[in-house]
Amino acid sequence: MAHAHKLEIFRGLLKFKSNTQKIWGVLIFLSIVTAIEVALGIAKPRVLTHSHFLGMKLLNWVFIILTLVKAYYIAWDFMHLRDEKSSLRRAIVWTPIFLVAYLVFILLFEADYVYNVYKDGFIQWNF
Amino acid sequence: MDSTITTGTAEENVWGGGNSPLGASYGKMMMWFFIVSDALTFSGFLAAYGFSRFKFIETWPIADEVFTHVPFFHGNYPMIYVAFMTFVLIMSSVTMVLAVDAGHKMKKNAVIWYMFLTIIGGAIFVGSQAWEWGTFIKGDYGAVETNGGRILQFVNAETGERAAIRDFAKTIPTERTEHERKNGVWFFDEGYLPSYSLNEVVEGFKAHPNILIRTEAIVQEGENEGHKTLLTREESLKKIKDSKYVVEGANLIRNEYGSRLFADFFFFITGFHGFHVFSGVVINVIIFFNVVLGTYERRGHYEMVEKVGLYWHFVDLVWVFVFTFFYLV
Repeated sequence: MAHAHKLEIFRGLLKFKSNTQKIWGVLIFLSIVTAIEVALGIAKPRVLTHSHFLGMKLLNWVFIILTLVKAYYIAWDFMHLRDEKSSLRRAIVWTPIFLVAYLVFILLFEADYVYNVYKDGFIQWNF
Repeated sequence: MDSTITTGTAEENVWGGGNSPLGASYGKMMMWFFIVSDALTFSGFLAAYGFSRFKFIETWPIADEVFTHVPFFHGNYPMIYVAFMTFVLIMSSVTMVLAVDAGHKMKKNAVIWYMFLTIIGGAIFVGSQAWEWGTFIKGDYGAVETNGGRILQFVNAETGERAAIRDFAKTIPTERTEHERKNGVWFFDEGYLPSYSLNEVVEGFKAHPNILIRTEAIVQEGENEGHKTLLTREESLKKIKDSKYVVEGANLIRNEYGSRLFADFFFFITGFHGFHVFSGVVINVIIFFNVVLGTYERRGHYEMVEKVGLYWHFVDLVWVFVFTFFYLV
């Protein structure tokens, strides 16, 4: 087995005996993350909804970070990017990350500007 | 045996051709190429959704109050069903990756069973999405729209629960002439008519002192922060004069949940994703029959299963983002 499956997740903290075992392990991890997301979404803890970071509720940041964590494990273990060459992995991952970050930054900035125009400008829209 | 299949021959001659620097076959590279470009398409949709949402940040509908239904159960269960759908899709991703794993070991029967389970999971997901669309289009409380295109919803002051227009609207017998091809402009349809006329809803509202109006605006500070603004009875009576249409459920023009763009994005993004799941199921079925017929057994490797697997996981990956940005955030 020249290029065997890499069976470690969490930077080597958890090592599985076989690929099948790793798949089930990742499923359990993804289910736990989804359960946390749903629980937070229903409970909406006041601590997280009343603190803001970069203009967004902390709770929303928690959701986004947990989503990226899930996306990482789906791409790395289900789409077996972990076993691909790092050059292929980087080409696949960093291209969209760069483009999406750029687009999201521009669009959200613009949207916030439009929001302020609606709010403070002389536009009557709620009638 | 390699953990990922490479069909190219590994020549050591750098300039002689035939080497694959990324260690992936042509087919797999193209699948990744497609996935990256498709990911950018979805990102564009979700970024546009973010744009509209930030634009109307103080009036956007609250997802918890929109998606509250579970099939076969009555009552208010926000997000439970979507969480179930997410789990089904992740589960079918697991069976897919197990099929790929069995393919590497050339276990034909295991591949068949895992592919079969993946197809079942995908079908359950598409069915759930159809049901979710149906519920969303049908709506449950109804609302009125003002001249400015804002949605006014109704709340029962005693219970604090939402009030459906069918519960308080007055029945006022009126006569109207149906628009038919023979008596009107032949290429115009009468179109959709709500179950109550605006007059019936307004009169019913005036007759029931316990009904209040809830506007789109989200309270920004104080006790009710994060909830929609509830007007007093006097304010409500004044506000109802602005109403222009009765809105039931959702379509591409207006919806009873709030901002018009909300339903448009819902239909567009979940629809586009649902179409991907549907085509994924179709492709999985094709590959499933190829496995059953032994095509890949004769070919000597199961790379096709791996390639459709990549597509299937991608669909799951997109759903993870749609779930977050549509239902959670």
